[in-house]
Amino acid sequence: MKAVSHLADSCEAMNKFDVARIREDFPVLRQKIHGKPLIYFDNGATSQKPQIVIDTLSRYYSAENSNIHRGVHQLSERATAAYEAARGKVRSFINAGSDKEIIFVRGTTEAINLVAQSYGRSFLKAGDEIIVSAMEHHSNIVPWQMLCEQVGARLRVIPINHDGEIVMDEYRRLLNEKTKFVSVTHVSNALGTIVPVKEIIALAHERDIPVLLDGAQAVPHLKVDVQELGCDFYAFSGHKMFGPTGVGVLFGRQELLEKMPPYQGGGDMISLVTFEKTHYNVLPYKFEAGTPHIAGGIGLGAAIDYLQGLDWDRLAAHEHELLSYATETLSEFKPARIIGTAKEKAGVISFVIDHIHAHDVGTILDQEGVAVRAGHHCAMPVMQRFGVPATTRASFAFYNTTEEIDVMVRGLHRVLKVFG
Amino acid sequence: MSDLEDLYQEVILDHNKSPRNYRTMANANRKAEGYNPLCGDHVTVYLHVKDGVIDDISFQGSGCAISKASASMMTSELKGKSAAAAHELFDNVHKVLTGEADAENAADKIGKLVILSGVCKFPARVKCASLAWHTVNSALQGDGEVATTE
Repeated sequence: MKAVSHLADSCEAMNKFDVARIREDFPVLRQKIHGKPLIYFDNGATSQKPQIVIDTLSRYYSAENSNIHRGVHQLSERATAAYEAARGKVRSFINAGSDKEIIFVRGTTEAINLVAQSYGRSFLKAGDEIIVSAMEHHSNIVPWQMLCEQVGARLRVIPINHDGEIVMDEYRRLLNEKTKFVSVTHVSNALGTIVPVKEIIALAHERDIPVLLDGAQAVPHLKVDVQELGCDFYAFSGHKMFGPTGVGVLFGRQELLEKMPPYQGGGDMISLVTFEKTHYNVLPYKFEAGTPHIAGGIGLGAAIDYLQGLDWDRLAAHEHELLSYATETLSEFKPARIIGTAKEKAGVISFVIDHIHAHDVGTILDQEGVAVRAGHHCAMPVMQRFGVPATTRASFAFYNTTEEIDVMVRGLHRVLKVFG
Repeated sequence: MSDLEDLYQEVILDHNKSPRNYRTMANANRKAEGYNPLCGDHVTVYLHVKDGVIDDISFQGSGCAISKASASMMTSELKGKSAAAAHELFDNVHKVLTGEADAENAADKIGKLVILSGVCKFPARVKCASLAWHTVNSALQGDGEVATTE
């Protein structure tokens, strides 16, 4: 019997996500903060980078650095090939139909602004309505407000319930013949809610309304398949998915991108320029004016290679364990109240402690080596919805452990001690 | 004393728990709102200025312990001071908060407020401590604009 149970144990160990091994890939985690091991729980703000991404950036600048799409020389050819190969990796990562549908941008914010300005200004007019949800990041609110001011459209907001879930009946009520665009988050940055985007898309498509998904918080946690989701646009950032800062992606359905005008003018996005008339380049270059963040794009490709090499079933199980453990532990820590208790959540836990401001919690946790976000998480309407000025947010990545959550909770006890 | 104990001294915790002059003021003749876009801290400062002297001051708002304690201590210090003296105190406090002036040498200029000096070791928190001061400055100048820490 004993042998059998040993066997079962080792099978379980084999099936588990090997966090210790994974952590070795992230050099930043090997340091101490205020004399304590760094516990990085601010992955929602930006994730850490595996060595392979760092090495790729360094190799690019040491051996390949050159401008793309123009040089006849070998370096330029190498840089171009590497950059375009990265585009292919992105396409495969989100299962887009064609490389033409992958536009490199600076990040999610720029991707949404691109759609608002290019699609929005061309196809929306006074009286039209745009729907967002009450749990959007400011980057999925403000570009639409700007568009509304420019064309006289109106922004409508789907309310969320007390658990931080979209109220689908309200969404159904908001959809009408004036609705011309829907833009919602896939995973909420402040609450961790996984939004039922397929249902949202299906309802919009019944009325031929295009849908953009803000995938910034989704791509690091969920397998995203844009064809299966059926979305028209999907926006995300490289730096939140273990890639470099300053590079992100807009996926757009080719049919829509074809009929949209360029977002910015300049080099690379043209095929022929005369003072009389300029002919725009083909997709995706039409939307990529100027020299892009070449190293960033190639680095993002390396991050995707890294992610593709992980076992996503085990990764998901590990992240699920982190979230359940944190939820359980924080629920037992009575002074804390969790904000965002949706049934479907990614690894984000936001909480408040009565009479103690999140900023003070953040400063004291930092003294314990624990990096969390304290504030409104660029989602002020969410804070208003829950009647809190700010929350403390721990957002996890697959390199985090349950032991680290224990350290955070011990830090919270210290917070209580300071504020007695 | 550790940096953390320096930051959260008894006096600061006490002002946070029971802030002084924490009320609105119906007869205020100067008022300004302050806002820290980084964290959402929000403060409203009310003043009653007569013959160039602050004869009443109060505040309301939401924020962390540092911003609340700083605002509370500020109102205690400024009551009865002339607008010019308030400006001078603002300058001196600001120098201490940002580490530009040494706390020990500044004690004669800012008195009890020297207790806020622990904040200069926490760059992310300097704005919490300076918010109320920026706000009172803008109230005294009477430009009616929302003050921010940016």
